[in-house]
Amino acid sequence: MGALAELAGDEKNGEGSRTFVFLNEGHTLGNALKTIIARYPEVDFCGYTIPHPTEQKLHFRIQSRRDRAVDLLKRGLEDLEALCDHTIDTFGKEMDNFNAMNARVGQEST
Amino acid sequence: MSSPIRKEPLLYMEEHRVKEDPQDYGLADDVFNMEVFKKKLQVAIVRNDEDGLEFDMIGVYPAIANAFRRLMLSEVPSMAIEKVYIYNNTSIIQDEVLAHRMGLLPLKADPRLFAYRTEESGEAGTEQDTLEYELKVKCTRRKDASKDQSNFDDIYKNHKVYSGHLKWLPKGKQAQIYSESMVNCIHEDILIAQLRPGHELDLRLVAVKGLGKDHAKFSPVATAYYRLLPQIKLNREVYGKDAYLLQSCFSPGVIGIDENECAYVKDARYDSCSRNVYRYPQLEDSVTLGRVRDHYIFTVESVGSLKPDVIFLEAVKVLKKKCRAFIDEIEAE
Repeated sequence: MGALAELAGDEKNGEGSRTFVFLNEGHTLGNALKTIIARYPEVDFCGYTIPHPTEQKLHFRIQSRRDRAVDLLKRGLEDLEALCDHTIDTFGKEMDNFNAMNARVGQEST
Repeated sequence: MSSPIRKEPLLYMEEHRVKEDPQDYGLADDVFNMEVFKKKLQVAIVRNDEDGLEFDMIGVYPAIANAFRRLMLSEVPSMAIEKVYIYNNTSIIQDEVLAHRMGLLPLKADPRLFAYRTEESGEAGTEQDTLEYELKVKCTRRKDASKDQSNFDDIYKNHKVYSGHLKWLPKGKQAQIYSESMVNCIHEDILIAQLRPGHELDLRLVAVKGLGKDHAKFSPVATAYYRLLPQIKLNREVYGKDAYLLQSCFSPGVIGIDENECAYVKDARYDSCSRNVYRYPQLEDSVTLGRVRDHYIFTVESVGSLKPDVIFLEAVKVLKKKCRAFIDEIEAE
């Protein structure tokens, strides 16, 4: 049993419209992913909801007339992953610079 | 800190509302592009000491900044006491209250060295996923105490139970891998209970790895928050008495007064953005209060087991892992 499912009801709407159900996810992933996917020019609509506060479920809707919804979701996740990688790199570099600078200041003062 | 070429997108704080810049379409019409994001993102470390880490993250969407904050609070794991076996408790503190207090003790153990408990590890747990402690304290009357002494420390022995009384019981090969100073309580002077002669505590405590979304005791941070960089602009010169009044409207150190008794903005960064200026009609038009829309000042205070910069990196890795897991699931279909 995977953590990702599709909601029924979009069979007649082609591949472009889907509501995905993420298990054990919430606003943390939902909102971050939504801001990215909603900013793709191919996407007509993207939004998310948590239908019930005590159910650990995230409903994530994508509508597009050009691309398959699954592909857009995958692209969004890949972009978010790349964004994380870049943040880790940038933060790591700055932290190293900061530590090196502090070590130098510490040496000069002693 | 921010490059001089960058035009900072502002939100204006007026007396009764927050106004967006009419020239700023950034939030609404932006198209996401990884290369543009990479160019825009800047990180600057401002302070990293025992009070915590402060850093600036410039050029991110609110949702991304918020995701990092939420992840630090509730999805970065840490170790905490989860089960308390009470063999004897004759103190006045109730079993369940005592157990709850034990759960909240911050432990030094590095959660990255441990695994989550699984079904297979059973009630007792294994050396990879469990830390065990015992707390055995008995309060007695000091024999050498005279009748006229009134200080409890002189009359009783062990009448205060501290987190330092906790004794680690190494499981399996744990004694070879960890030392007591690596797994004990971070603070030795947390008062757990007060006893009187004849009172006794005999507990066995089991600590496991968990997430802040399950219980706040598993959260690795004391606080993790961000705020937007304030920007204050003086529209006209403010002199004399009004200058001191203006100074008193902002946080200390924000407004300076020069030798001509003229107010100037010294450092807007640590302003609390209270909008007190709008209470005074003679000052109302003298300042423009704003905040930079995409300049986040993060403050991370660690509980103590992980360093704050490690907590942030772990949080980003958690988000990355989530994405990877779902990509793999899509590809498997």
